[in-house]
Amino acid sequence: MNKEKRKYLKLSGLEPMIVSAETNFINVGERTNVAGSRKFLRLVKEEKFDEALDIARHQVEGGAQVIDINMDDGLIDGKEAMVRFLNLIMAEPDIARVPIMIDSSKWDIIEAGLQVVQGKCVVNSISLKEGEEEFIAHAKAIKRYGAAVIVMAFDEVGQADNYKRRLEISKRSYDVLVNKVKFPPEDIIFDLNIFPVATGMEEHRKNAVDFIEATRWVRENLPHCSVSGGVSNVSFSFRGNNTVREAMHSVFLYHAIKAGMNMGIVNPAMLEVYDDIPKDLLEHVEDVILDRRDDATERLLDFAETVVGTSKEKTVDLSWREEPLQNRITRALVKGIDQYIVEDVEEARQVADKPIEVIEGNLMIGMNVVGDLFGSGKMFLPQVVKSARVMKKAVAYLLPYIEEEKKKNPKAVQGNGSNGRILMATVKGDVHDIGKNIVSVVLGCNNYEIVDLGVMVPPEKIIQTAIDEQVDIIGLSGLITPSLDEMVYLAKEMERKNLRIPLLIGGATTSKAHTAVKIDPQYQNAVVHVNDASRAVTVVGDLLNKRSNQKYVGDLKENYEKFREGFLKRTKKKEYLTIQEARKNKYTIDWTTSEITKPNQLGIQVIEDLDLQKLEPYIDWTPFFRSWDLHGKYPNILSDDIVGEQATSLFEDAKELLQRVFKEKLLGAKAIYGLFEANTVDNDDVLVTSGKENFKFRTLRQQLKKHAGKPNFALADFVAPKESGIQDYMGCFCVTTGFGTKELAEAFEKDHDDYNSIMIKALADRLAEAFAEYLHKKIRKEDWGYASEEQLSNEELIKESYKGIRPAPGYPACPDHLEKLTIWELLRVKEKIGVELTESLAMWPAASVSGYYFGNPEARYFGLGKIKEDQVEDFAKRKDIDFEYARKWLNPNVID
Amino acid sequence: MKDIHKILEERILVLDGAMGTMLQRHKFTEEDFRGDRFKDWPVPVQGNNDLLSITQPEAIKDVHRLYFEAGADIVETNTFSGTTIAMADYEMEDLVYELNYQSAKIAKEVADEFTAKEPHKPRFVAGSIGPTNRTASMSPDVNDPGYRAVSFDELRIAYKQQVEALLDGGADILLVETIFDTLNAKAALFAIEEVKDERNIDVPIMISGTITDASGRTLSGQTAEAFLISVSHIPMLSIGFNCALGANQLTPHLEVLSQKAPFAISAHPNAGLPNAFGEYDETPEQMAEQIKEYMDKSLVNIIGGCCGTTPEHINAIAELAKNYKPRNIAVLTN
Repeated sequence: MNKEKRKYLKLSGLEPMIVSAETNFINVGERTNVAGSRKFLRLVKEEKFDEALDIARHQVEGGAQVIDINMDDGLIDGKEAMVRFLNLIMAEPDIARVPIMIDSSKWDIIEAGLQVVQGKCVVNSISLKEGEEEFIAHAKAIKRYGAAVIVMAFDEVGQADNYKRRLEISKRSYDVLVNKVKFPPEDIIFDLNIFPVATGMEEHRKNAVDFIEATRWVRENLPHCSVSGGVSNVSFSFRGNNTVREAMHSVFLYHAIKAGMNMGIVNPAMLEVYDDIPKDLLEHVEDVILDRRDDATERLLDFAETVVGTSKEKTVDLSWREEPLQNRITRALVKGIDQYIVEDVEEARQVADKPIEVIEGNLMIGMNVVGDLFGSGKMFLPQVVKSARVMKKAVAYLLPYIEEEKKKNPKAVQGNGSNGRILMATVKGDVHDIGKNIVSVVLGCNNYEIVDLGVMVPPEKIIQTAIDEQVDIIGLSGLITPSLDEMVYLAKEMERKNLRIPLLIGGATTSKAHTAVKIDPQYQNAVVHVNDASRAVTVVGDLLNKRSNQKYVGDLKENYEKFREGFLKRTKKKEYLTIQEARKNKYTIDWTTSEITKPNQLGIQVIEDLDLQKLEPYIDWTPFFRSWDLHGKYPNILSDDIVGEQATSLFEDAKELLQRVFKEKLLGAKAIYGLFEANTVDNDDVLVTSGKENFKFRTLRQQLKKHAGKPNFALADFVAPKESGIQDYMGCFCVTTGFGTKELAEAFEKDHDDYNSIMIKALADRLAEAFAEYLHKKIRKEDWGYASEEQLSNEELIKESYKGIRPAPGYPACPDHLEKLTIWELLRVKEKIGVELTESLAMWPAASVSGYYFGNPEARYFGLGKIKEDQVEDFAKRKDIDFEYARKWLNPNVID
Repeated sequence: MKDIHKILEERILVLDGAMGTMLQRHKFTEEDFRGDRFKDWPVPVQGNNDLLSITQPEAIKDVHRLYFEAGADIVETNTFSGTTIAMADYEMEDLVYELNYQSAKIAKEVADEFTAKEPHKPRFVAGSIGPTNRTASMSPDVNDPGYRAVSFDELRIAYKQQVEALLDGGADILLVETIFDTLNAKAALFAIEEVKDERNIDVPIMISGTITDASGRTLSGQTAEAFLISVSHIPMLSIGFNCALGANQLTPHLEVLSQKAPFAISAHPNAGLPNAFGEYDETPEQMAEQIKEYMDKSLVNIIGGCCGTTPEHINAIAELAKNYKPRNIAVLTN
């Protein structure tokens, strides 16, 4: 140890916290992390900050000495949520007494957090991942804000995953921080990456030992710093066996703390007292953690079976096949194993009086278990969809027997014993059905009969089918914004026709706010916003419960009414500028100095049949998991405490199907794009010249009154105005990976495999996004060539750290779908690559992306927000269309 | 001129007393505050003491002179409210640079007079940086605890302007004082670091918090030690407390700082607690008697007075301080 007197890490909330030799181990609370706690994520999304504060308070009361706060989620404005939550915490002395750990992968969120906390915080985290320059810049700022910092063992090459790399990266980070930044060494905390052991993979055997030994080295050789980490990772492979996991955590901590780990994220409920671990278990666990023998993993696995009843299916354990018939059927359904289901169902059929009894009896008993487990959060969506696959196979096997039975004995045909009949449809003009299909499957699993009308269903058909088929509930889905108005229209029509069937609303653009404000007032009966498949079951159950549904609907109506009032009151507070005022406050680029690159390749290009495999590295997996209701960031989600196991299994299935897609060329990828001479005219329009023809893109301008110095953006601001005399450029594109999706999905459905049918659509969507990313990079580096030197990792692409933007009509910067028509006309998209627009201007095939390219280095993504009618009027005039028509298309963005 | 760090090792330095209390004696009228220059100013300016540096500079200089004569080593500039945020009440945001510059300039003139007369006892000017009238980590609206009337960046920008003007006017030290919200102070310190960086200079920084009541915490809720930790990232000359309490009540909190802080310790308490009429009536002797305890316990390196203190108080304190050795700063590293 260094001769110099040891300096301690000191932090503060309202009270001091000093990490001295005596404090042993500082426990960091992690429940206020949207990536780690689904509940917290939900509360933040729903702006239930009071309840979110309760989570923080419970953690502090439960002994957390520092609380980690993370708001990194694609669906929330992380910066705003971070600031708001921290401000609220500061008003709660019982929470604010402890120091805050500001956790984000985005620097602007970290900085916003640092600006609202008076105490000395910890920043989580920085690393050499993006190179030394950024590392130094961030460290300097953190020092000036007076915070300590977690440094991840991560560099330009990647994450440290062995002893040597951990040493190398921590030493280098330390030297840069201490010598170049003059960062106080006692304010440095290393996160040396805790990875799982006993995974069965040879290279994971030393994961724990390497961490422990690296910790020892760091504490001995890098004076004054601390070492931290997320402990639960280490026992990842023993999910479901808490006894073993708790023992693993204690053993790991026991050794890591001895080696010098003095801080970490540990769930206190998942920790056994070291001395209380039974001797035999302790020995097996220590063998694994410390990598003391070659067969340690196998021995612990075997031993684990004896520790608790629930055995792991690491190896194929077929002992369950010896169990009684019902147990086997239930297990097959719960575990989603379809291998033996036909065999078992046949056995059941032979003992049953009538084949239908197998469905109503054996299979329903199993599905009820699935429903209960799902309802209580013990099963996750992908598992349930797998269960449904087993169920469908079983039913398909039984159907011929049931038909035969009907022929023999027509009178015996009776009610099918279902809980109710539910109509599901994606509304007119919209082609997106992943969410709808998931909800259908889940409801099907819960013994509801589904009448699925598919996509692009006209309202008349929905209403007529509902009447003819006497359905109990109608579920509507939609992804693009015009679908919102379709739903409003349908509710009006249902009211006019005096229907009394409850309406469920779901899909990515729908929201409780839209449902409450726009749809609910149109319809006397219940309108419920359900954006989570797991909620669908309870909502439907409540709606159809004959004893209590009247009260339920009454409460629901009242709840929406209140929400509506609150929402309208809130929105009124905002002030808006007139379009003229907004234009005066436009974003101004200094065109005399702005760097404008003439594209290497002007005009229109087509890519036919791109090799899909090229797109794999560009896939952003996080939204893929979200489409399965698994929330969290990839790759962290794979090791998440709650959903990690499911996410991993889903990911494996996805990869497998993806490989099949690559190998058998199951999907067709095409693209068309063009780069053109362009200039802004009349403030907000962009005039584009293609050959001899001229086209105009009309952009929309933000009208919310901003703080002084903040401009009101329109995309037109990023292109040089005509009067500047400078020739500027822009581009547009459409990519698709959707050809073949429909056929594949249908083939899977025919095979009763909803799981893969949904999977292929979700994958096609991801591939289309990846294609857009791939193409944008090609544009930047080659066709336009303004960033030919660019070297960005995939994560940076997802983080949109590139120069120039590719906004898509229908998305926040340009929510107006109408401009797609101009893109289609300009590029002749339909003729050249076959992607069509529906009447709501959704793209078909659904797995397609279209948009613009802006190359100016100052171009950035923004959200249009609400606009005033004066802009709608102006827009209609500019486009030479009817005001009412323009109003209809811009409706979701117009303030009421 | 001798380095202030060196002098601090040799003796206890004496800071001046109240500016406001001294100015009250003049009973300046609205016209006096305005002077000729602000005759037609649209809003009343009486009470804007900082303005007097421009309209009544001689009065301000006299106060500085009286304190130096009484034995002070350091006087504070008349700039407690010299930010755009605090000057908004008088619509004098645009005058902020001039106010600070002039205040520092006249204080420095007086200090130089004394240093020239008594070279063995150099006199210093500390640019006074007050807390502004807004809080960055508390909401002024009880119904909306998440609301903030001022942001870190607004404070940082306002403070930066004040700091630049104080340094341009000749301040030797920057004194961030009467800190009731640590986040405000962090914004001021951030601004100071920026200016230091941009100008490539070093300047001694004194930080002085305010414990508001018997709870022993700042208004924003921090304990003395939490406050110390929260600002320790800044290389400072001294940390301490001022205002709100009398010397006696401040003792336990100074003890905390004295034990924990590897910096010089300062204190400039009020002349006791205000009486029923809002006046401070502790006599110089009474105050010196309490401050003697600081010295006996070796708690401080810099000592002065805040509200209600006068040159007489400072004289009593300075006479006392002569007989004591300063607290040993070097001993503490943790």
